[in-house]
Amino acid sequence: MILQIAVGLPFAVATLLAATGRRLPRIAIDAIATATVATLSVLLGLVLAGGDRTVWLGGWGEGVGISLVADAVATGLALTVTAVALCALVVSWRYFNEVQAIFHTLVLLFTGAMCAFVLTGDLFDAFVFFELMSVVAYALTGYQSEEPDTVHGALNFGVVNSLGAYLTLTGIALVYARTGQLGFVSIGRHLHGHDALVTVSFALICTGFLVKAAAVPFHFWLADAHAVAPTPVCMLFSGVMVELGVYAVARTYLTSFADAIPAEPVRVSLIAFGSAAALLGGVMCVLQRHIKRLLAYSTISHVGLLLVGVGLLHEDALAGAAWYLIGHAGVKAGLFVGAGALLNRFETVDEHDLHGRGRSMYVAGLIFLLGGLGLAGLPPSGTWAGKALIEEAGGHSILALGVTASALTAGAVLRVWLRVFRGAGPPHPGTTQHHDAETEFKLSRLPWTMLAPGVLLVLAGLLLGLLPGVVIGRAVEPFTHLPGPAPAPWTATSIASGVVAVLLAFGVAALGIRGRIPRVDLLHRLHSGHIGDYVAWLVAGVTVFGLLLLA
Amino acid sequence: MSQFLYLIPGWILLAGVYGIVTSRNLVHAVVCLSVAQSATYVLLLTIGYQRKATAPVFSDIKPTRNVVDPLVQAMTLTDIVVGATVTALLLALTVQVAKRRGTVDPDDLRSLEP
Repeated sequence: MILQIAVGLPFAVATLLAATGRRLPRIAIDAIATATVATLSVLLGLVLAGGDRTVWLGGWGEGVGISLVADAVATGLALTVTAVALCALVVSWRYFNEVQAIFHTLVLLFTGAMCAFVLTGDLFDAFVFFELMSVVAYALTGYQSEEPDTVHGALNFGVVNSLGAYLTLTGIALVYARTGQLGFVSIGRHLHGHDALVTVSFALICTGFLVKAAAVPFHFWLADAHAVAPTPVCMLFSGVMVELGVYAVARTYLTSFADAIPAEPVRVSLIAFGSAAALLGGVMCVLQRHIKRLLAYSTISHVGLLLVGVGLLHEDALAGAAWYLIGHAGVKAGLFVGAGALLNRFETVDEHDLHGRGRSMYVAGLIFLLGGLGLAGLPPSGTWAGKALIEEAGGHSILALGVTASALTAGAVLRVWLRVFRGAGPPHPGTTQHHDAETEFKLSRLPWTMLAPGVLLVLAGLLLGLLPGVVIGRAVEPFTHLPGPAPAPWTATSIASGVVAVLLAFGVAALGIRGRIPRVDLLHRLHSGHIGDYVAWLVAGVTVFGLLLLA
Repeated sequence: MSQFLYLIPGWILLAGVYGIVTSRNLVHAVVCLSVAQSATYVLLLTIGYQRKATAPVFSDIKPTRNVVDPLVQAMTLTDIVVGATVTALLLALTVQVAKRRGTVDPDDLRSLEP
């Protein structure tokens, strides 16, 4: 029963808040929303402690019923979602000067939809929660609807993601036509043998999830949306929402399609999409001066690595991906808290404008320094442990990819830290492009509620590698159906690769502060903000994916 | 013959996607997205279709009568609700774009890449 309550609770409270929010004082709304998410995390913690279970809703049982599946991976992921959501709500207490109850309603719906999406055992329900989560995300992105960039970014996000979701539904319909089943597990039981229809349906189902996961060339919406969404929302987007796309791809393949589609083409295509995202995201990250956009591109890069970890289809790499996901969620959500503090203080997040102006902001500076080290994968961070397992399973080329991607993204973050908080490098005139302050007036001192969640998240990410490998290994085993020895990230090679990545990141940062941030016109023009271009890229991506799988 | 029925949703989907790619007006793009989505309605109904079967409502027909698959119809209904929500929200965002940017032509909206 706990599981059903956990799935239903956020929706119930969100409805109540939407109905009564106008009459409640701000402090009551904050308290209700925060208490709900806190309760939800306790409930999910109880579910996790109770072990793996499957619940058939309404007692219909297998065959007709719809299930909730709480295995360790799904529950752990839902718990990560609520932890980040809790921090985001705490940040939003003082972050918004004026905020209506609709914001809290949307955040609760968003959290509930993400939890339900990971916990459902039914493919069509997964689509419904996926769409619910997406629609709430568009609304949250466009929350400050008086800003032109904000509504433009939200619209791009909406069109591309919805089209992806419709392709997913097309795939679900095709697989239902073949098997007459909609449950992840029951589809897996009914699918045998390899044919074109099943392959096409798998490609279509995964497309929507890959759009969410921002694999290249489906990634264009992400930077547009993240750069303009309110900072507490960015924490949820970058920390957990995007990663759920990778989880969904892994779940769909391993639970439903593993017997029907040979592993080799899946491996090749996922690694290709993931590597492209890891590299392009890393390069674009270094080329940014808008700090929120910079963090958005680093998310693309890291989620690309995550996709590579899943695409290796190897038990250690999957354990690594799970580890990496949680570590990255902490570090990235924490970094957005730091960016939010800058935006609040100086009403801009342009790196050149901010040169040396963050010297007195010790805590925000600390978040950027530790966050940069976390992205680089300094042992014993969760990102390091996860990346070590992925690299070990993937061999030399994946090792090089992992080190390059983390050095580029972490280098960009450390460059921001050096330039903004240490005043390093020569000053450059900024663009004086006005960025709206999401909070309308400057607070004289940043309150602890706007910084402490960031420090906690980054520290959690940085220490997650200390978790014994056996815990992650045991959690992932029923998910992957691939038994194996407990993953052990503590090897000489992995520590060396972590340290090398950190050193290279400092190198990238040092090179970066010497001059202006370069522009590569081709790459900047590619990310044009034009909705037609984005959809064309999406179609090209689906075609390539389908051809790779059919080949 | 019946396999060719599956080409119809494919055609509708591609028509919608073509519309978005070449769109010169955001309202038109959002409507094209709805067109692309209606391909999923047609596909779902095609999958559930049976010759000489009737609607799965048993109040006024014999329980032995052949009916089409009710599950896909339920899915279509859910899908329509989802589609209405998405279209409404995206049109609201389009109204805001028109107000703040003064244009609804995607070619005239400047890039978000600074």
